[in-house]
Amino acid sequence: MNQTASALGKDLVGLEPLSREQILAILDTAEPFKEISERRIKKVPVLRGKTIVNLFFEASTRTRVSFEFAENRLSADTVNIAAAQSSVSKGETLVDTARNLEAMRIDMVVMRHNSSGAARFLAERIPSNVVNAGDGSHEHPTQGLLDMLTIRDQLGRIEGLKVCIVGDVLHSRVARSNIFGLLKLGAQVAVCGPPTLVPRGFRSLGVEVFTRVEDAIQWADVLNVLRLQLERMEAGYVPSLREYNRIWGVTNARLAKAPKDVLILHPGPMNRGVEIDSDVADGPHSVILNQVTNGVAVRMAVLYLLAGGQPERAEAAKQGGES
Amino acid sequence: MSARTLLRGGRVVDPSLKLDTVRDVLLEDGKIAKVGEKLDASEDTRVLECAGLVVTPGLIDVHVHLREPGNEHKETIASGARAAAAGGFTAICAMPNTDPPIDDPAMVAFVAAEGRRAGAARVYPVGCISAGRKGERLALIGEMVEAGAVAITDDGNPVMDSGLMRLALLYTQAFGIPVADHPEDLTLSGRGHMNAGLVATRLGLPGKPNAAEDIHIVRDLLLAELTGGRIHLQHVSTRFGVDSIRQAKARGVRVTAEATPHHLILTDEAVEGYRTEAKMNPPLRTAEDRDAVRAGLADGTLDTLATDHAPHHYDEKEAAFTDAPNGIVGLETALGLVLTHVVGEGLLDVPTMVERMSCQPARAFGLLGGTLAEGSVADVTVFDPEAPWTVDPTRFRSKSRNTPFGGAELVGRADLTIVGGRVVWERA
Repeated sequence: MNQTASALGKDLVGLEPLSREQILAILDTAEPFKEISERRIKKVPVLRGKTIVNLFFEASTRTRVSFEFAENRLSADTVNIAAAQSSVSKGETLVDTARNLEAMRIDMVVMRHNSSGAARFLAERIPSNVVNAGDGSHEHPTQGLLDMLTIRDQLGRIEGLKVCIVGDVLHSRVARSNIFGLLKLGAQVAVCGPPTLVPRGFRSLGVEVFTRVEDAIQWADVLNVLRLQLERMEAGYVPSLREYNRIWGVTNARLAKAPKDVLILHPGPMNRGVEIDSDVADGPHSVILNQVTNGVAVRMAVLYLLAGGQPERAEAAKQGGES
Repeated sequence: MSARTLLRGGRVVDPSLKLDTVRDVLLEDGKIAKVGEKLDASEDTRVLECAGLVVTPGLIDVHVHLREPGNEHKETIASGARAAAAGGFTAICAMPNTDPPIDDPAMVAFVAAEGRRAGAARVYPVGCISAGRKGERLALIGEMVEAGAVAITDDGNPVMDSGLMRLALLYTQAFGIPVADHPEDLTLSGRGHMNAGLVATRLGLPGKPNAAEDIHIVRDLLLAELTGGRIHLQHVSTRFGVDSIRQAKARGVRVTAEATPHHLILTDEAVEGYRTEAKMNPPLRTAEDRDAVRAGLADGTLDTLATDHAPHHYDEKEAAFTDAPNGIVGLETALGLVLTHVVGEGLLDVPTMVERMSCQPARAFGLLGGTLAEGSVADVTVFDPEAPWTVDPTRFRSKSRNTPFGGAELVGRADLTIVGGRVVWERA
C-alpha cells in the first residue's frame, strides 16, 4: 500500500482538520470492516507486516483494547506501552520516547496523552502515522467517529439531526470531536450541563448551549451523555454527585416528557446513578454497547486508510486481495 | 581605546532635551561631554560616522530574566548582558526569580558584580518583595537597596496576599524604589495555559481569563492610592487593565506600567497548532486587548516598553503545550519589532519610542542614563532605522532562542551600543 496516497493524510490527530468527505470516507470504510468481528476466525491480512505501537500515557481500558482488537484483526504486529511501566516514569520526554520508537522502525503510533495537543506534537516530529487516542481536553477522534457511525446506523443519517452532548463538556475531548465531526456532517449540535462545566464560550464553536437538561431533552434527537469525573466534584465544579444527578442526570422520568424517542449514547465508563440512570443505560433507546462494537470497526477503518488503503478497495482488501 | 569618542552626523533623538535633529555627540571619560553641531575631533578622538543613523540615550529594559543562579543553561548574567547590548540596550533590570531567588543583599551584590564583570549592558539587580519569593513576609528590602537593588518584585508570581502588598508599598517609601508587580490572581488563572477564549476552547486548553489580571491591577492601584507608594505594573495585557491604569493616572496614583512587544503585536491566534513559542504569562490575548495595549502605549498610559525577556532551553519548549514553560526571549528582537510594528505602523514616532524605551524607564527605576544631557553617563544607542533584516534565532547572543518571531522580516536594528563611553557592541 502506498503511504502517500492515504485518504486522511499522514495522521489522525482530530476531526477538526478533516473534511466532510474524509469523515464520510472513514464511516463508509468502517461498514465492510464490521463483518470481520462477526466471523469465527476474526482475522484478515490487511495490515500484515505493519508494526503498531499503542502508547498510553493515561489509563485506558476500553479505547486501548478496542485499538488492540482492531490491529490484531487486521494482522498488524503490536506493542503496548503504558506510561507507568515505561521510561516516561523515569523522566524521559515525549519527544525522546517518540524518537526511540521511531528508531525501532515502526509504522504507526496510537497515542493517548494527558496534554492537549500532544498527538499533533508527536505527528509533527516522527514520520510514522499517528492516531490520536485522546489528547488532554482536545480531541478523541475515533470516539467521535464511532459515535457518528452508531447514530447513522440507528437513525439512517446524521444531517439535520439534533445532537446534544450532556455533562462535563469543558474538560471533554469526546465533546470536541463530536462537535467538530457532527457539524461537518450537517447535524445541529448543542451542549448541556452546569455552567461551571459548560461555559457559554462554546457558542463560538457553533453549538447551542442549554443549562437545563429538560430543555436539552425537549430539543434533541440524540443525547450523548458524558461521564462526570469524580475529580470534577473534588475540584469544586459541582457540589456533589447526588446534586448533579438530581439536576442534570438523564433519567427515564425526564425522557418520558420528550416529544419523541431520544437515542442515548455514552462513551463510557458510566457512573450509573450520576450522569445516567441505569434504566436509561439499559433501556430500549440506549445504544451504548453498539458504540463499543462500532469502535473496533471504526478503528480498523482508520488504520487501513492511514496505511494507504482506499475506501472503495476495503472489501477487496479484507479478502486478502490487497495486503 | 580612546577616552574620547565622537558620534558624528547622526539624527540625535532625545526627548529629555527635546532634541530631534542632526548633531554630533562627544563622549569623554565615560560622560556626555557635548551635543552640538560640527564638533571638532582632536587627534586622539575616535570618530564614528553616524550619518543616516539615529543616536539616542541608551535603551533600557526594566524587565529581564537572566536565570543565574540556578538555570545557567538557559541564560547567564553575562550572556544576557551581551544579548542586551546586541539588541541596543545599555541597561537591563534582572528579575529575582532565580533559583535560589534574589532575596538578600549578598545575592543582590552577586548579580551586580557578575553584571559588571560581563562588561556589556549594565545589569541592575531587582530584589524580591517577599523572603524566598514565598509571598509571606517582606524580604530584606532596605539591605538589598544598599547592595544595589533598584526595585523589588516577586515577578513570575504575583503577590497574592493584599496585606503584604500594602506593607511593601509602604515600606519601600523609605528607599524611593518602586514595587513592581506581576498582576495575576492565581485562584482564577492557576490552571490556565493560554488566554481564555475561542482559541483555548477549540484547542481544549485551560484558559486564563482577563479578569485574573484585571483584579490584581485594580487591587494594586487601590493599594498604591491607599499607601502613597509607587507601583510598577508589569506586562499589562488587557483592555480593562489599560483603562484602569489610565483612570488611576488621572487621579494622581503613583503608577508606572509596561507594555511588551509581543502583547503589542500578537494575539492568542499565534498559539494555533499548540505553538509553545507563543506560550507566555500573561498570555497573548485578543485583538481587542492588543489594540488597547497599543492605544495605552501611544497615549502614555503604558509609559514603558519592556521585553519580559524569558529564556528557556530549546528542549524545554520542545514539549506538549501544557508541559512547556512560559516565556519568550526579547532582548535581541525588541528594537526591530518596535521600529517595524509600532513606529513603522505610525503608532509612535521615534522620539516617543525613545521616551518609552529609555527616558521613562530611567526615571521610573532611578537609573543612570535616559538622557544625553551634558555631564550625564555616556550610555548611547545608535540604530539604523532603515536596515532590513530577518530574525534568525540561531544567531542570538542569548543562550536561548525561544521566540515566536523567528523568520520575521523587520526593518531597523541597533548598530552601536555604548555603555559609559565604551563601545560594548558594534555591528560587524
